[in-house]
Amino acid sequence: MTETLRITDLHVSVEGKPILHGVNLKMTRGETHALMGPNGSGKSTLGMAIMGHPKYEVTQGAITLNDANILEMAPNERARAGLFMAFQRPVAIPGVKMADFLRHATTNVRNPERKEGEDLIPMREFRKELRSRMEQLSIDPEFARRYVNDGFSGGEMKRAEILQLAMLQPKFAILDETDSGLDADAVRLASLSIADIGGADMGLLIITHHDKLLEHNRPDYTHVMLGGRIVETGNGVELANELHDHGYDRIRGAYPDAAANNEAMEKPEQTESAS
Amino acid sequence: MTGIAATAGFNSAAFDAFLQNRAEPDWLQKMRQDSWDAFCQMDWPARNSEEWQRTDIRLFKLDRFALPASPPVATDLPASLLSAGVELAGEAVSLDSYGVRSHLANKWREKGVLFGPLDELVHQHGDLVRKHLFARAANPHYDKFAALHGACWSGGHLLYVPRNVVVDEPLLSMSALSDGGVDLGHTLVILEEGAEATLLSEKTSREESAGGLHCGALEVLQGAGSRLRFVHLQNWGKGVWHFAHQKAILERNASLQWTAAALGSRLSKVNQHVDLAGPGAECDVNGVMFTEGKQHLSYHTQQRHMAPGCRSNFLYKSALQGASRTVWRGMIRVDKDAQQTNGYQRNDNLLLSDSCRADSIPGLQIEADDVRCTHGSTSGRVDEELIFYACCRGYTRQEAIRAIVIGFFQQVFDRITIESVREALGQAIARRVQDYE
Repeated sequence: MTETLRITDLHVSVEGKPILHGVNLKMTRGETHALMGPNGSGKSTLGMAIMGHPKYEVTQGAITLNDANILEMAPNERARAGLFMAFQRPVAIPGVKMADFLRHATTNVRNPERKEGEDLIPMREFRKELRSRMEQLSIDPEFARRYVNDGFSGGEMKRAEILQLAMLQPKFAILDETDSGLDADAVRLASLSIADIGGADMGLLIITHHDKLLEHNRPDYTHVMLGGRIVETGNGVELANELHDHGYDRIRGAYPDAAANNEAMEKPEQTESAS
Repeated sequence: MTGIAATAGFNSAAFDAFLQNRAEPDWLQKMRQDSWDAFCQMDWPARNSEEWQRTDIRLFKLDRFALPASPPVATDLPASLLSAGVELAGEAVSLDSYGVRSHLANKWREKGVLFGPLDELVHQHGDLVRKHLFARAANPHYDKFAALHGACWSGGHLLYVPRNVVVDEPLLSMSALSDGGVDLGHTLVILEEGAEATLLSEKTSREESAGGLHCGALEVLQGAGSRLRFVHLQNWGKGVWHFAHQKAILERNASLQWTAAALGSRLSKVNQHVDLAGPGAECDVNGVMFTEGKQHLSYHTQQRHMAPGCRSNFLYKSALQGASRTVWRGMIRVDKDAQQTNGYQRNDNLLLSDSCRADSIPGLQIEADDVRCTHGSTSGRVDEELIFYACCRGYTRQEAIRAIVIGFFQQVFDRITIESVREALGQAIARRVQDYE
């Protein structure tokens, strides 16, 4: 069966402020999509809305996963239905060990009907699987005993996200700037890792500013977001390469309304960072 | 079922009968009488005193309770949480101020270790007990509760470890209460020079909703270079009034790891003090409080540096549910001679409901000039971003909050070096996390 994540005319507001103005995107499992766009264009907002962050209010439109209405599901139900997002800025959960966190997460995602308090995956079995995944990703075994993202370097956080992706094996995964803050070697490793753990069997939505992360995950489609809409979609990686080499000037020129929207979105961020 | 109501109230007639029944050494009887006189003369703590202004005891009525007059029938005592699956060196259990059973393995007995009910051991080891009981750590004239305890203490346990004896298995001291019962236990821990021990202390009621009164004291006296690991779990029923004075005195290079977990009681008022009396002494004191309903737990801690080169580290964490309230008032005192002091205190509170309240009052009193003392305090709710992150990994909201709360306490548990205790406390906490929304 073909599995499909479909986003139709999606409008999203944050604290009453509209960010997305009608996003349309259809992904089939097994495809890789690159999502590019300047800062403030709404890429992360799309990810948050798909996962169901309570602050991101869907005011119009639909998200469906194989005909199931995702918008009616709580975030944990979405995760159990097979959706995943690697966070751009993962939060730390002090006192909760990576291994314990993942054991619980993996149990829930693999047994979507699991009720609270029911048994977790047996410890021994889980540890074995986790260890082999960590080995595959060249992650220090000590990682499992550390607290979730607590005191992690930027690179460690991103690797932890990939480890979670590997364990949870979602149907569709959004990778929100999994390459940001990493040096060239680390990005290459991340790109390889995503391919290694079966990225090709998932539907991948890779949000990125660069083309390196795409090296081992060749996109079937590249989308450009501007001012809260997907304004252009191209086959393969060509569009991604063009944007990486030449920036967004052409896109801005071609879609002046969206560009104006984008500028309005970007401005508050700039004043904030300037102050 | 309870054997405590034979004599009504805490009046002079009852006290005289209590004293007569006990056939104790003269010095002890005199000590009790002095304390009783002090108790009769003192008023209950004033509401506007610094210590009591946040802790309202107007609903506490001492005459609803009575002196322990006859041994209770000890049936179906609650199981110990802290020592499940642990090989113990010894165990002493009391119920409603009466010793129920005690045991110490022969190998430790042969080395001169004493462990059992204080009221029994005082008969055979009067000189030892007399030297330490209410001598330095506990002060029966501190306030009316302390005086009541000084006069009427009964139950509780003595642990004595002779010089250079290392007891490498934990000892369990357990005090249980029947509904409406009274526990006036006094615990005396004496570690001679170079001695080592691990003491697990547990206070529990037969039923979770049970009422009762605990008016107790703990004295810990550590000789030079001694090491004590002490875990204290207050898990009384939800109707118990808990008043306690606890103090440890550490001589040169002694070290103390003290973990106090408070889950039970209706109202608790605890003074927990550590005196670093000899150079190079050090202590790590960890507190965990988890409250719900209308519980009120108040901890007044003091880490007093009296000698140079000592280190103290106090970490208290509370999570509050319902309309419960915690008060933490911490003080680092550094005497004039205590140079090169390293003192730290911290209190973090996690507010899990709209109507709970945590008061956090750190304080410093420093007379020396070459010291390093720091303190910190935080209070806040569970971060929604953490909940969302965990939910994106398949956790229900409830599971996410539970994990975050347990993680919040983990920093304290990480400092407990006994695995079974770590697990038992973690599980006890996990059971307490209620449903939200």
